[in-house]
Amino acid sequence: MSDLTKLTIAQARDAMRKGDTTSAEITSACLTAIEGADALGAFVHHTPDIAQAQAAAADTRIKAGDAPDMCGIPLGIKDLFCTKGVPSQAASRILEGFKPEYESTITSQLFDAGAVMLGKLNMDEFAMGSSNETSVYGNAVNPWRRGNDDTALTPGGSSGGSASAVAADLCLAATGTDTGGSIRQPAAFVGITGMKPTYGRVSRWGIVAFASSLDQAGPMTKDVRDAAIMLKAMAGHDPLDSTSADLAVPDFEAALTGDIRGKTIGIPKEYRMEGMPAEIEKLWEDGTTMLKDAGAKIVDITLPHTKYALPAYYVIAPAEASSNLARYDGVRFGHRARLAQGDGITEMYEKTRAEGFGHEVQRRVMVGTYVLSAGFYDAYYNRARRVRALIKQDFDTVFADGVDAILTPATPSAAFGLGEMTDADPIQMYLNDVFTVTVNLAGLPGIAVPTGQDAQGLPLGLQLIGRPWEEGDLLNVAYSLEQSAGFVAKPTKWW
Amino acid sequence: MSIDTETARRVAKLARIKVEDDALPALASEFSAILGFIEQLNEVDVEGVEPMTSVTPQRLKRRDDVVTDGDQQEAVLKNAPDAREGFFAVPKVVE
Repeated sequence: MSDLTKLTIAQARDAMRKGDTTSAEITSACLTAIEGADALGAFVHHTPDIAQAQAAAADTRIKAGDAPDMCGIPLGIKDLFCTKGVPSQAASRILEGFKPEYESTITSQLFDAGAVMLGKLNMDEFAMGSSNETSVYGNAVNPWRRGNDDTALTPGGSSGGSASAVAADLCLAATGTDTGGSIRQPAAFVGITGMKPTYGRVSRWGIVAFASSLDQAGPMTKDVRDAAIMLKAMAGHDPLDSTSADLAVPDFEAALTGDIRGKTIGIPKEYRMEGMPAEIEKLWEDGTTMLKDAGAKIVDITLPHTKYALPAYYVIAPAEASSNLARYDGVRFGHRARLAQGDGITEMYEKTRAEGFGHEVQRRVMVGTYVLSAGFYDAYYNRARRVRALIKQDFDTVFADGVDAILTPATPSAAFGLGEMTDADPIQMYLNDVFTVTVNLAGLPGIAVPTGQDAQGLPLGLQLIGRPWEEGDLLNVAYSLEQSAGFVAKPTKWW
Repeated sequence: MSIDTETARRVAKLARIKVEDDALPALASEFSAILGFIEQLNEVDVEGVEPMTSVTPQRLKRRDDVVTDGDQQEAVLKNAPDAREGFFAVPKVVE
């Protein structure tokens, strides 16, 4: 078979089961593609030996019959996941040299299912960023370009390496994590599918924590069917994560009938932002028409507290980050600063953290420290948590009124140029998450699906938001949208 | 709300991040911009609304209070920048 790296998970699974190809062949094709793709900055730690050994084991299992769906599928793993004996440093200098003695629950479930790890993927430092420009490894680059213009574009963030690697066919799929949009925004920027499940659907154990009440991992794949297959392998209750839900994991792939007749799709008026580019507006209208033509009922809905989601997020996420990142103190793992004569333990903490954390991470840790400090806790942190309750209530109300899923744009624009936002104030960068962050605050499942291209040929995506725990239904609506949109464009190889 | 240089210094100290004096004014102005953005939350009527503690209405699971793990000294110390005689080593804490 040719173009093995271009296969979807479903195609590869079926081909391997039929004996048309092997995991060893697909894995080796991916490793070759990765070797030639340094310019994308996607893979930051390569694990070809692990990959080949896992592929060989998978082939034995497939031959024996009855192998799981993910068996033999070569994946990229975001650097935020702890992988035993393999560098896992959350794209931060402070975790330089850290090789976990344990495996995250999600990677261990994937490997138990026979999946193959090709290496670790670039990301924003500690998942804090929307452009993959805060990484200690340097930028990840979008495989897409604006027509014939060779300006390097961002693949989005924080899961920028995952997005770039999947879009460029360096791997069949990748893991991502999403705290405010870090799976869905990069997926939209590179024309792939990215899903954040309901909070609690997948275990957070062994994933470097950013904001624990918002963090959730999910699949980044070439299509909706693959998202369903991979999510099933990642999901499930884990006694090691007290917030993981003890619920059965449905067969999400079986939910993909494409039949959405009678479903009610909500269009929230608050997402019609002032100054929204006409292309995004049209994309959204086209998506609405597609769902309507497929037999869904379209209703206008209101989510009145939408405007306050970003400010609430920029209290809650930094507050949780300042607490979670307190563990990086130069004592137990990673970087420790060189100390001067007479330096005590406080100097060790302060110098280590100043050297180890990048600028954006330092800024968020300090903002979090401030909003949690005595005298401000109520005014900032508690108020933000109250607003968060109202944001969730907005969604509860529309779901109680019979809405099955909500359609919105995934991002306010197409991918922007690397460096273009350097001089903007941090708030401008934060606005990238304006359509996605509400979903994290409300703990809901959300999925970004590519449905169009802008005038310069860059991919654009729409987001569907579903009811809690009903990922199967949500994936089915996404599947219908995907079929109607018929997005098949691929970036032209320049790397 | 505007953050002054002294407040920025205090926050950096609380966060245990060394910030040089000449970097404090820029930091203070970044904080001011972010806090200005956050101020919007004051427009929301939150009277009678409980601060959210858990996004899903579930009770945290409990388990028996028993030892489930241990004897992993080597693994625990493996990534330490400085470990001696089975302990994490740090600069002198007590004079």
